[in-house]
Amino acid sequence: MKINLLFVMIGGFFGAISRYVLGEWIQTDTVFPLGTLLANLLGCFAMGWFLTFVGRRRIIRPELTVMIGTGFIGSFTTFSTFSMETIHLFQSDFILLGILYVLITIIVGLLLAYFGRKVALANRKEGDSL
Amino acid sequence: MIWFVGLGGSLGAAARFLLGTMLNKYQDQIPIGTWMVNVTGSFLLGGLARLYLTNQVDDWVWFFWGVGFCGAYTTFSTFGYETIHLIQSNQLKAAIIYVTSSVIVSVIVAAIGLSVFR
Repeated sequence: MKINLLFVMIGGFFGAISRYVLGEWIQTDTVFPLGTLLANLLGCFAMGWFLTFVGRRRIIRPELTVMIGTGFIGSFTTFSTFSMETIHLFQSDFILLGILYVLITIIVGLLLAYFGRKVALANRKEGDSL
Repeated sequence: MIWFVGLGGSLGAAARFLLGTMLNKYQDQIPIGTWMVNVTGSFLLGGLARLYLTNQVDDWVWFFWGVGFCGAYTTFSTFGYETIHLIQSNQLKAAIIYVTSSVIVSVIVAAIGLSVFR
């Protein structure tokens, strides 16, 4: 438990920094929060793939699983910034854009998490046939 | 500033991990731990944003507690993975409740956080 916590913190350190750097890098002139959207979508696919891959193969140590999954990918994505940006769009009278932001994040995010799982399961079948 | 984001992020991830292992007990039900984390983190970020935008706190506070801690304490990828897990376990109703309540409550408490801290 204690060692896992330490590994989660290491992952969280780099996950948060990566999200911040991506946000700075993607900065646009529009009000639409593209940086957070991209981080959340990428993270959903990565989490779907990674947890399924690890769950099937059991070749990765548990400390590394929580470091990459809970720590890095978990901190790379964010829910609080998503909520804040949504309320900011609503309060700035960009109602439609706010609704669009929520719908794209949820629908595409869930689809990508599902595809990540699919990819990991497909790879397993190829491995088994060898 | 990047170090403040990283250090805040490591604390946020640790808090989420501890709360998650305490509360996410049942595999095929709504993950209360992640739900709580996302809702409380959204409220906290709302409050911090108000303090930051009205120049009541220094930049490092925003980068450490806002971008770092709140950003990493809350999570979208775990939320997505758990929702897919619920759907694939034939818990469609629980999945719909989980997604809609997470989004609606988080956005509302972020708005409350924004207006409460003055």
